Amino acid sequence: MTGLGTVGVIVAVVLSLAAAGTIYRIAAGPSLLDRVIAADVLLAIFGAALATDMALKHHTDNLALLVVLSVVGFIGSVTVARFVAHRKEEA
Amino acid sequence: MNVVDVLTAICLLGGAAMSLAAAVGLLRFPDLMSRMHAATKPQVLGLFLMLAAVALQLQAWSLLPALLVAWLFQLLTVPVSAHMVGRAGYRTKYRRPELLTVDELNDVVEAVVEEGGA
Repeated sequence: MTGLGTVGVIVAVVLSLAAAGTIYRIAAGPSLLDRVIAADVLLAIFGAALATDMALKHHTDNLALLVVLSVVGFIGSVTVARFVAHRKEEA
Repeated sequence: MNVVDVLTAICLLGGAAMSLAAAVGLLRFPDLMSRMHAATKPQVLGLFLMLAAVALQLQAWSLLPALLVAWLFQLLTVPVSAHMVGRAGYRTKYRRPELLTVDELNDVVEAVVEEGGA
Protein backbone atom coordinates (compact mmCIF):
# COMPACT_ATOMS: atom_id res chain seq x y z
CA MET A 1 0.00 0.00 0.00
CA THR A 2 1.33 3.44 -0.87
CA GLY A 3 1.98 6.09 1.75
CA LEU A 4 -1.10 8.18 1.02
CA GLY A 5 -3.25 5.05 0.88
CA THR A 6 -2.29 4.30 4.48
CA VAL A 7 -3.10 7.89 5.43
CA GLY A 8 -6.51 7.47 3.77
CA VAL A 9 -7.27 4.38 5.87
CA ILE A 10 -6.21 6.16 9.08
CA VAL A 11 -8.32 9.22 8.23
CA ALA A 12 -11.33 7.00 7.44
CA VAL A 13 -11.04 5.22 10.79
CA VAL A 14 -10.63 8.48 12.74
CA LEU A 15 -13.55 10.15 10.96
CA SER A 16 -15.73 7.07 11.56
CA LEU A 17 -14.93 7.18 15.29
CA ALA A 18 -15.73 10.91 15.36
CA ALA A 19 -19.02 10.34 13.51
CA ALA A 20 -19.94 7.57 15.96
CA GLY A 21 -19.30 9.92 18.88
CA THR A 22 -21.46 12.70 17.44
CA ILE A 23 -24.25 10.25 16.57
CA TYR A 24 -24.19 9.03 20.17
CA ARG A 25 -24.55 12.66 21.32
CA ILE A 26 -27.45 13.18 18.89
CA ALA A 27 -29.20 10.11 20.32
CA ALA A 28 -28.40 10.77 23.99
CA GLY A 29 -27.98 14.56 24.18
CA PRO A 30 -29.93 15.90 27.15
CA SER A 31 -31.36 18.91 25.33
CA LEU A 32 -32.46 19.72 21.79
CA LEU A 33 -29.65 22.26 21.42
CA ASP A 34 -27.01 19.64 22.25
CA ARG A 35 -28.42 17.56 19.42
CA VAL A 36 -28.32 20.54 17.05
CA ILE A 37 -24.64 21.16 17.80
CA ALA A 38 -23.83 17.47 17.37
CA ALA A 39 -25.63 17.49 14.01
CA ASP A 40 -23.52 20.49 12.95
CA VAL A 41 -20.35 18.60 13.86
CA LEU A 42 -21.59 15.55 11.94
CA LEU A 43 -22.07 17.80 8.90
CA ALA A 44 -18.51 19.08 9.28
CA ILE A 45 -17.24 15.49 9.50
CA PHE A 46 -19.09 14.62 6.28
CA GLY A 47 -17.48 17.66 4.63
CA ALA A 48 -14.08 16.47 5.82
CA ALA A 49 -14.75 13.03 4.36
CA LEU A 50 -15.76 14.54 1.01
CA ALA A 51 -12.60 16.65 0.90
CA THR A 52 -10.43 13.66 1.84
CA ASP A 53 -11.95 11.62 -0.99
CA MET A 54 -11.21 14.45 -3.45
CA ALA A 55 -7.62 14.82 -2.26
CA LEU A 56 -6.75 11.11 -2.32
CA LYS A 57 -8.51 10.16 -5.58
CA HIS A 58 -7.62 13.36 -7.47
CA HIS A 59 -11.08 14.42 -8.61
CA THR A 60 -13.27 17.49 -8.06
CA ASP A 61 -16.73 15.88 -8.13
CA ASN A 62 -17.54 16.80 -4.52
CA LEU A 63 -16.35 20.41 -4.68
CA ALA A 64 -19.75 21.92 -5.59
CA LEU A 65 -21.36 19.86 -2.81
CA LEU A 66 -18.75 21.12 -0.34
CA VAL A 67 -19.40 24.77 -1.29
CA VAL A 68 -23.18 24.40 -1.05
CA LEU A 69 -22.77 22.60 2.28
CA SER A 70 -20.80 25.49 3.76
CA VAL A 71 -23.23 28.10 2.37
CA VAL A 72 -26.55 26.60 3.53
CA GLY A 73 -25.42 24.30 6.33
CA PHE A 74 -26.17 26.83 9.08
CA ILE A 75 -29.86 27.39 8.19
CA GLY A 76 -31.08 24.25 9.94
CA SER A 77 -29.49 24.99 13.30
CA VAL A 78 -30.59 28.66 13.17
CA THR A 79 -34.18 27.56 12.50
CA VAL A 80 -34.19 25.02 15.32
CA ALA A 81 -32.58 27.48 17.77
CA ARG A 82 -35.20 30.11 16.93
CA PHE A 83 -37.98 27.55 17.39
CA VAL A 84 -36.68 26.48 20.81
CA ALA A 85 -36.52 30.08 22.06
CA HIS A 86 -40.01 30.79 20.77
CA ARG A 87 -41.60 27.76 22.40
CA LYS A 88 -40.05 28.50 25.79
CA GLU A 89 -41.20 32.12 25.75
CA GLU A 90 -44.80 31.05 25.21
CA ALA A 91 -44.76 28.43 27.94
CA MET B 1 6.24 10.01 -0.91
CA ASN B 2 7.48 13.43 -1.96
CA VAL B 3 7.21 16.68 0.01
CA VAL B 4 3.72 17.49 -1.30
CA ASP B 5 2.42 14.08 -0.25
CA VAL B 6 3.89 14.49 3.22
CA LEU B 7 2.26 17.92 3.60
CA THR B 8 -1.03 16.47 2.34
CA ALA B 9 -0.80 13.65 4.86
CA ILE B 10 -0.17 16.15 7.68
CA CYS B 11 -3.18 18.25 6.62
CA LEU B 12 -5.49 15.24 6.31
CA LEU B 13 -4.44 13.73 9.63
CA GLY B 14 -4.72 17.14 11.33
CA GLY B 15 -8.22 17.67 9.95
CA ALA B 16 -9.30 14.19 11.02
CA ALA B 17 -7.84 14.81 14.48
CA MET B 18 -9.92 18.02 14.71
CA SER B 19 -13.07 16.01 13.98
CA LEU B 20 -12.17 13.42 16.59
CA ALA B 21 -11.38 16.16 19.12
CA ALA B 22 -14.81 17.68 18.53
CA ALA B 23 -16.49 14.31 19.02
CA VAL B 24 -14.57 13.69 22.26
CA GLY B 25 -15.46 17.22 23.41
CA LEU B 26 -19.14 16.65 22.63
CA LEU B 27 -19.09 13.43 24.64
CA ARG B 28 -17.12 14.63 27.66
CA PHE B 29 -17.90 18.32 28.19
CA PRO B 30 -20.60 18.92 30.80
CA ASP B 31 -22.79 21.70 29.40
CA LEU B 32 -24.03 23.34 26.21
CA MET B 33 -21.59 26.25 26.09
CA SER B 34 -18.45 24.12 26.38
CA ARG B 35 -19.84 21.69 23.79
CA MET B 36 -20.30 24.65 21.44
CA HIS B 37 -16.64 25.48 21.99
CA ALA B 38 -15.61 21.95 20.98
CA ALA B 39 -17.90 21.95 17.94
CA THR B 40 -16.12 24.86 16.23
CA LYS B 41 -12.85 22.92 15.73
CA PRO B 42 -13.75 20.81 12.68
CA GLN B 43 -16.00 23.52 11.27
CA VAL B 44 -13.24 26.12 10.82
CA LEU B 45 -9.70 24.73 11.24
CA GLY B 46 -10.63 21.17 10.25
CA LEU B 47 -12.29 22.30 7.03
CA PHE B 48 -9.32 24.57 6.26
CA LEU B 49 -6.85 21.69 6.65
CA MET B 50 -8.95 19.40 4.46
CA LEU B 51 -9.30 22.05 1.73
CA ALA B 52 -5.54 22.67 1.92
CA ALA B 53 -4.99 18.96 1.34
CA VAL B 54 -7.26 19.09 -1.74
CA ALA B 55 -5.37 22.11 -3.08
CA LEU B 56 -2.00 20.42 -2.47
CA GLN B 57 -2.99 17.25 -4.29
CA LEU B 58 -4.81 18.74 -7.29
CA GLN B 59 -2.49 21.77 -7.72
CA ALA B 60 -4.73 23.79 -10.04
CA TRP B 61 -5.16 27.57 -9.69
CA SER B 62 -8.66 27.25 -11.14
CA LEU B 63 -9.72 25.34 -8.01
CA LEU B 64 -8.56 28.03 -5.59
CA PRO B 65 -11.64 30.33 -5.87
CA ALA B 66 -14.04 27.47 -5.14
CA LEU B 67 -11.98 26.32 -2.15
CA LEU B 68 -11.74 29.90 -0.84
CA VAL B 69 -15.50 30.40 -1.26
CA ALA B 70 -16.21 27.17 0.63
CA TRP B 71 -14.00 28.23 3.55
CA LEU B 72 -15.04 31.92 3.64
CA PHE B 73 -18.73 31.06 3.64
CA GLN B 74 -18.07 28.60 6.44
CA LEU B 75 -16.37 31.43 8.37
CA LEU B 76 -19.37 33.70 7.74
CA THR B 77 -22.17 31.25 8.53
CA VAL B 78 -20.81 29.29 11.51
CA PRO B 79 -20.93 32.33 13.87
CA VAL B 80 -24.55 32.97 12.86
CA SER B 81 -25.70 29.53 13.92
CA ALA B 82 -23.46 29.60 17.00
CA HIS B 83 -24.98 32.94 18.02
CA MET B 84 -28.53 31.65 17.63
CA VAL B 85 -27.83 28.39 19.47
CA GLY B 86 -26.03 30.20 22.30
CA ARG B 87 -28.83 32.75 22.62
CA ALA B 88 -31.47 30.04 22.72
CA GLY B 89 -29.38 28.05 25.18
CA TYR B 90 -29.07 31.03 27.54
CA ARG B 91 -32.75 31.88 27.36
CA THR B 92 -34.04 28.36 27.86
CA LYS B 93 -31.98 27.93 31.07
CA TYR B 94 -29.93 25.08 29.64
CA ARG B 95 -26.80 26.81 30.91
CA ARG B 96 -25.34 25.63 34.19
CA PRO B 97 -24.45 28.78 36.15
CA GLU B 98 -22.28 26.91 38.65
CA LEU B 99 -19.85 26.10 35.82
CA LEU B 100 -19.39 29.74 34.77
CA THR B 101 -16.72 31.96 36.31
CA VAL B 102 -18.20 35.19 34.93
CA ASP B 103 -21.76 35.77 33.68
CA GLU B 104 -21.82 39.38 32.48
CA LEU B 105 -25.14 38.97 30.69
CA ASN B 106 -26.83 38.01 33.97
CA ASP B 107 -25.88 41.40 35.50
CA VAL B 108 -27.49 43.21 32.56
CA VAL B 109 -30.64 41.08 32.75
CA GLU B 110 -31.01 41.68 36.50
CA ALA B 111 -30.53 45.44 36.05
CA VAL B 112 -33.29 45.53 33.43
CA VAL B 113 -35.61 43.45 35.62
CA GLU B 114 -35.05 45.75 38.63
CA GLU B 115 -35.94 48.82 36.56
CA GLY B 116 -39.27 47.21 35.80
CA GLY B 117 -38.51 47.01 32.13
CA ALA B 118 -38.58 43.68 30.34
